Amino acid sequence: MTYIQLSYGNLVLPALLVVMDGVLSLALRLKLERQLAIATVRMVVQLVLVGYVLTFLFAAVSPFWTALAALTMVLFASREIVARQKRRLEGVWKYGLGAGCTLLAAGTVTMFALLTELRPDPWYHPRYALPLLGMMLGNTMTGISLGLDVLTNSLVRERAAVEASLALGGTRHQALLPVIRDALRSGFMPIMNSMAAIGLVSLPGMMTGQILAGVEPVDAVKYQLLIMFLIAGGTGLGTLAAVLGGAHLLTDHRHRLRLDRIATDRSE
Amino acid sequence: MLTVRELKRLHLSVSFDLQDGECVALQGPSGVGKTLLLRSIADLDPNEGTVKLDGTLREAMPAPAWRRRVTYLAAEPGWWSDTVQEHFTAWDDALPLVARLGLPNDCGPWSIQRLSTGERLRLALARALMLRSRVLMLDEPTSALDSASAAAVEALIAERILDGTSVVWSTHDDAQARRIGSRILAMRPDGSIEESQP
Repeated sequence: MTYIQLSYGNLVLPALLVVMDGVLSLALRLKLERQLAIATVRMVVQLVLVGYVLTFLFAAVSPFWTALAALTMVLFASREIVARQKRRLEGVWKYGLGAGCTLLAAGTVTMFALLTELRPDPWYHPRYALPLLGMMLGNTMTGISLGLDVLTNSLVRERAAVEASLALGGTRHQALLPVIRDALRSGFMPIMNSMAAIGLVSLPGMMTGQILAGVEPVDAVKYQLLIMFLIAGGTGLGTLAAVLGGAHLLTDHRHRLRLDRIATDRSE
Repeated sequence: MLTVRELKRLHLSVSFDLQDGECVALQGPSGVGKTLLLRSIADLDPNEGTVKLDGTLREAMPAPAWRRRVTYLAAEPGWWSDTVQEHFTAWDDALPLVARLGLPNDCGPWSIQRLSTGERLRLALARALMLRSRVLMLDEPTSALDSASAAAVEALIAERILDGTSVVWSTHDDAQARRIGSRILAMRPDGSIEESQP
């Protein structure tokens, strides 16, 4: 395997393209230049840091440091889920539900792949575990945040329908089922769309990366298929857990709809 | 008999009894808490207090079973499916009721979207009456109806009362309150109720 190595100097010219964006923003008064500058600096700092962190982790191959890195990734994912919600849950569940479900879903499928098909030595080798977990987190996070967003918004909008069903003696499960179905469908849509478009419209980043690194395209495709199957499974698992968990938290043991458990602190 | 003791929800604090086959009118200015009270008795909102049906605490049974016996009908009823008949467990059995409320027999496949407010109110009443609940709590069930439909509703409920159903009927119409209620419960802004005879 051979690949063309880049030096930091090779990045100067391409970086000018971002500067061009900034000039455009100034010239057209888009007022994006500040945001663009912050985003660019963030990206550079985050990626360079991650490069060094991964170098350290790959050299250490320590279960402790790998687990710590994985935990940090889950925490950032759950923060991202909360940031994408228009309506959030109150109290510990605000972060807890998203964190729990991403950990459950991404963790399960990552372990599954490591222990059954990839089998690196040791099984928690960060070179395999962390990139896999990262891809799973990124995608399950999308399903979970979409599912939860549709769940909470629909419950607020369909409150009369849900309460009519409850008032007529429906259980909370019966009353929420139409909304739960909608939420699950929305959470599942992105992965299905990307499965349909993959290869025709988009070449996935990981596969492109492997090809650039000199891997035979057909071998890269096998890896990508493994990843896509894992993502589909993880998204299904995570979205199901998050939507059912959310539905449980927004009702109570007396089968009442508890919209008061949606936080009202955000003014939009 | 429905017994309500020290029912507390926000500013409300209410006690009253409701005999079998009795209808009481619930009155009071808008926003005073009539809906809040009816919803609390149906246990649709968290609340405190003792509510019993024939001596049995509502907490002694699952909430869905309680609400099939003590049924709340909202002033603006909700719909969870697209067509009328999907909201009934046995649409054919409901047809006589639907006809008595002045709706055509073929309205089963109608879309909820195309119903008028009055049609929705009457269909929601039919849907609730199908449960044959022991206690009905009607939240302004005729406020958006024409006088003929309102009379049909009153007659239908009067039959149920004769059969032993108890009713709490919230209304802004003083004449209706005197007509249907054997007692009138007037809600005061401090959250208590005052009882009077019509």
